[in-house]
Amino acid sequence: MSIQREDVEKIARLAKLQINEEQLETVASELSNILGLVDQLQAVNTDNIEPMAHPTDAVQILRADQVTETNNREAFQKIAPATENGLYLVPKVIE
Amino acid sequence: MQWETVIGLEIHAQLTTQSKIFSGSSTTFGADANTQASAVDLAMPGTLPVPNEEAFRKAIMFGLAIDADINKRSVFDRKNYFYPDLPKGYQTTQLDHPIVGAGHVEIQLKDGSKKSIRIHHAHLEEDAGKSLHEDFHGMSGIDLNRAGTPLIEIVTEPDMNTAEEAVAFARKLHGLVSSIGICDGEMSQGSLRFDVNISIRPVGEEKLGTRTETKNLNSFRFMEKAIAHEVERQIELIEDGGEVKQETRLYDGDKDISRSMRSKEEANDYRYFPCPDLLPVVFDDSYIEAIRETLPELPDVKQARFIEQLGLSEYDAGILSAENTMANFFEATAKTCNDSKLAANWIMGELSARLNSEDKSISNIDLKAEQLGSLISRIKDGTVSSSGAKKVFDALWIGEDDNVDKIIEAKGLKQVSDTGALEAIVDEVLAGMTDQIEQYKSADDKKRKKLMGGFMGPLMKASKGQGNPKLFNQILAKKLNS
Repeated sequence: MSIQREDVEKIARLAKLQINEEQLETVASELSNILGLVDQLQAVNTDNIEPMAHPTDAVQILRADQVTETNNREAFQKIAPATENGLYLVPKVIE
Repeated sequence: MQWETVIGLEIHAQLTTQSKIFSGSSTTFGADANTQASAVDLAMPGTLPVPNEEAFRKAIMFGLAIDADINKRSVFDRKNYFYPDLPKGYQTTQLDHPIVGAGHVEIQLKDGSKKSIRIHHAHLEEDAGKSLHEDFHGMSGIDLNRAGTPLIEIVTEPDMNTAEEAVAFARKLHGLVSSIGICDGEMSQGSLRFDVNISIRPVGEEKLGTRTETKNLNSFRFMEKAIAHEVERQIELIEDGGEVKQETRLYDGDKDISRSMRSKEEANDYRYFPCPDLLPVVFDDSYIEAIRETLPELPDVKQARFIEQLGLSEYDAGILSAENTMANFFEATAKTCNDSKLAANWIMGELSARLNSEDKSISNIDLKAEQLGSLISRIKDGTVSSSGAKKVFDALWIGEDDNVDKIIEAKGLKQVSDTGALEAIVDEVLAGMTDQIEQYKSADDKKRKKLMGGFMGPLMKASKGQGNPKLFNQILAKKLNS
């Protein structure tokens, strides 16, 4: 399977990544290579085999329902580019 | 052309846990912005989620309450999309292996008919934060307190065909999740949010039409209006030669208008994949059965009990059993006055009318069930008339006094039930009504009944409204027929 320039543009847009015009070809061919590896894996017959959700065969450990976190807003907001009234400020997003 | 409406619902219910689904942050509503957002909730690099067992326990309770299959192995997936109130860039949710599989909920309509609505599945996921678009110098403000609050998303099959059915289902579900205590049901705080998928098709057509999704309807009234509005919009669109576009729409209940929020074409590309940070969650049968033991009496079972043991009609029992707070209020009232039927009448009549007109719910009123119960006892033993009781109810409602007997006393609403005193009034009144008495005596039985009523008015007036009408009737009948 090969990835076209348009595919790279689309997934870059969805992932909010900026890919330069001159990088497009390289990225497309590198991604195609990765998918080539996947194609090789696809050749294995996996009929009647349930896909694994995780590479290890372990089971998730759960946590008791207790509040263990305290308010660290001040520390977190020190590294934020912009805050006001306790809110994080971001470029205006409204649909 | 005749059109058929097809409706499916997606419901997001916040689970009443103390802490978030993947972190130990508090879930308390209304805290200062970002004071309940930990490193995990903020998606700081290097953090890892650890799931909250209580969220699973509550999701399983829901599954058992709707008679659904519980998936003993469930898996979390990442749903990728970009929005600043979702700092990780993906929502952790369950796609192919949700905790709750197919189930069903039975609804009852106003005409008494019943319908079973199938639940496709219900899955666990995390809530997003909140974006505030007021003016922050041209920027948006983000509050991540809500990010990571556990949600159960309940997805129905497209089994509803009218706004009435959809609202009946929504009310039923609201009653169910609050009765089993997994969600507080506070729609105004966003604890329970309804998204409605609507399409139309010509009557008799098998294939579903293109659907739109109307998001975040936070009251039953708006849901009903939004459905009516959207159905009309789609019919007009198609009959004018247009096409319905698959899109998400926002409904403004105050203005009764809707607008397109986003077209699903590209935004829909969520690139789901299994979350590598989380392993499959596995439960065994004994774990699930132990949860079944903790389920309280479900509304449907309660309804059957109200019918069989308390002699209520199916309709009354349905309404009184739907919500736990309502059911508890009813049972406490009925216990105090020892009369289920009268308790049901007062709650569904006077009390419900008052709740509706003042837009209140049982949980936020001053009136206590025991007070209503004592008032009903006082009607039964003849202390107050039903019209006098309404005045006592008004006084209790506004909290004038909390003691029924004191109110009856203070307002002079006590009925006179002393036969001697009543007889004296009857004699006095009849003395001045000789013509009417003659008319009565010469009339036949059928006419007499009607003429009897003519004496009641003056009697009530003479007793300043305090005479016991039942006793007046008896004395009057004795005197006139002698």
